[in-house]
Amino acid sequence: MRSLRLQKNPNGQADGRAHQTDVAAPTLSEVFPDTAQDAAAVGYMLSRLPKTDAPILWVQDRLSRRESGKPYLAGIGTQHPIIMVDLSRATDVLWAMEDGLRCRALAAVIGEVWGDPPVLDFTATKRLTMRSEAASVPCWLIRRAAATNLSAARNRWRASSRPSAPNPHDAQAPGLPRWSLDLFRSRHLKPGSWVAEYDRASDRLYYDAAPQHGTLDGGDGTQRDRAAG
Amino acid sequence: MERNGTAPPDDVPVVLARDGQHGPVVHATNRAARILGVNAGARIVDTKAICPELQIEYADIGGDRRALDNLVLWARRWCPWSVRDGDDGLILDTTGSDHLMGGEAAMLREMETQLSLLGLTSRLAVAPTWGAAWALARFGPVRSVCGLDETPWKLGALPVAGLRLNEETLLLLRRLGLKTIGAVMDVPRLSLTRRFVKAALHANPLMRLDQALGKTPEPVASIDAPPRIHVQTKLPEPIQDPTSHLPELCEDLCEQLSHTGQGCRQLHLTVYKTDGEVSSITVATSATTRDPNHLHALFRDKVEKINPGFGFDLITLTAGGVEPLQLVQNSLDGGSDDDLHLARLVDRLSARFGAKTVTRPVLNQSHIPERAEGQIAALAVMDRPQIATPKERPIRLFDHPEEVRVLYAVPEGPPAQFIWRRQTYKVARYTGPERIAPEWWKDRAGARLRDYFKVEDAQGRRIWLYREGLFEDGRGGDPRWFVHGCFA
Repeated sequence: MRSLRLQKNPNGQADGRAHQTDVAAPTLSEVFPDTAQDAAAVGYMLSRLPKTDAPILWVQDRLSRRESGKPYLAGIGTQHPIIMVDLSRATDVLWAMEDGLRCRALAAVIGEVWGDPPVLDFTATKRLTMRSEAASVPCWLIRRAAATNLSAARNRWRASSRPSAPNPHDAQAPGLPRWSLDLFRSRHLKPGSWVAEYDRASDRLYYDAAPQHGTLDGGDGTQRDRAAG
Repeated sequence: MERNGTAPPDDVPVVLARDGQHGPVVHATNRAARILGVNAGARIVDTKAICPELQIEYADIGGDRRALDNLVLWARRWCPWSVRDGDDGLILDTTGSDHLMGGEAAMLREMETQLSLLGLTSRLAVAPTWGAAWALARFGPVRSVCGLDETPWKLGALPVAGLRLNEETLLLLRRLGLKTIGAVMDVPRLSLTRRFVKAALHANPLMRLDQALGKTPEPVASIDAPPRIHVQTKLPEPIQDPTSHLPELCEDLCEQLSHTGQGCRQLHLTVYKTDGEVSSITVATSATTRDPNHLHALFRDKVEKINPGFGFDLITLTAGGVEPLQLVQNSLDGGSDDDLHLARLVDRLSARFGAKTVTRPVLNQSHIPERAEGQIAALAVMDRPQIATPKERPIRLFDHPEEVRVLYAVPEGPPAQFIWRRQTYKVARYTGPERIAPEWWKDRAGARLRDYFKVEDAQGRRIWLYREGLFEDGRGGDPRWFVHGCFA
């Protein structure tokens, strides 16, 4: 079974296959959804937010809002107060995110940028990364309809929905959401693919191996790794 | 009407109305209406019967009171000590200031002239006490001046209504046959005391009489005008860009603010151009502050919007929304509180992108999904606890539901297949329906109910679909289908 443990051991070092640095340290991560209307990327990002009640700064450009909707509080839950900023240009989105990353009181800064605007280049992502690491506020960039160009993001994910887990109460109904996650570039982790299952009630994310990387563990499937942070 | 610049001519009867217990009543009348027999306090329906050509406007009582408060400060031109008296009077303590205008009679003439230039009708009187001045101004001769020892006999001829009593007491005195203040003075003091020993001030003729005659003191508590926090820089040569002067101006302003223990919520930057015009910009903060660096940073992106014309030689910076701001130590180690930084972040974002773009979603009491979420200002105080939704809801919601074409399996069930954004989705699994009825107290008549389904297609995309209406529900044609959101 190929899996990743994102939990820190008491020495502050991440164990599992990633052993270079503290992988739970806040930094810039990019997520590329498969299609614009696929909410798997947002779902995965929300499951990785810190478990505090600090506010989130959520910056959205106009196209992202029109094509993929706005974050809906009733579904996300009210653990974090959300400060929404609706902008029209990618430049403004990056400016607002950078300003937000100066504020240590935030739980996270989330940006949604549509397509490949020229301003979102290596320098811009580098600035976001360094600010995020300096303020130790995690920063997530959701990039729809975008090419995976050069970027300084420490972790770059592709996320898409998969058929959900069987619903224990109703065979006709969708169960817990499952996502295909593909970490295709990372500074501290070994890239790989996972099928993740998210349990909203207990707020747990289970990473299981992607089928194309070999069969799932021959056992009863109970061995699951939990991600923290 | 005066406010709209459509003041009626004096010969047209006009009344101002306010809401009474049983429908609108007359609040005030003009001279023409008074001549026709319309009195304040009468009901509008009755007065219309008396005088069918009467014009009626609603009174702006709060606006009148604010205007009177401003007039209190404006009246400081004659004396340093003034206060508003009820809803229709001013009390000026002119002790020692009348000789500057050539005596009391000349001062009254000057006041009447100045007030009439403002478009106000006034009735003025000078008296040694508040109560005597009140009575003389309303019931006495025009511009009466009352000396210290003339008070008893000048007041004696006035009706008892000049004693500032309430309606019930006035009625009682009238029934007792006491029509003038002099008649009340002639009644033995002991019997008046016995009758009114427990009455409050506004129902006690004896206490009011003592106040008017100066036997009981009634001091005038003057109010202070709020100081104007204002700094300016005069320049020897006209310049085009105020940026280099801003830090200094902000520091001077904040020094003034901290001197008075106050902070501000708004800053107005005004430049006075050499061609005689004025241009100004305003920035606002979400929390009261007096930090020069923060205030200066708010101008960073706004300064470009000021129109310099051919250059300007005077810059002023004025603080608005001034409130008391105490020095607070936030934490023991001298570091500052996190909230402060958050407030500053919101300020910076609102200053750059406008206050409407920076919002905070909150949950409302509604089952209709788009109404279940409202928006408030980013740092507004929550006045009610957040309600959790018991049902499963999507994490993304479209502002406008998008219509899809569907292929039914059974008419009342979920679609077998639908086309959304020119892509075909085959429904593999679904839950639902969850029926949400329209809110009849908000929706227009004929709004259709919605049946929500959570459907999952073969690729695993989980979508929130709804059918608007039912077959044969008599509210339009066949039901239509919409995509409203996406689940994780």
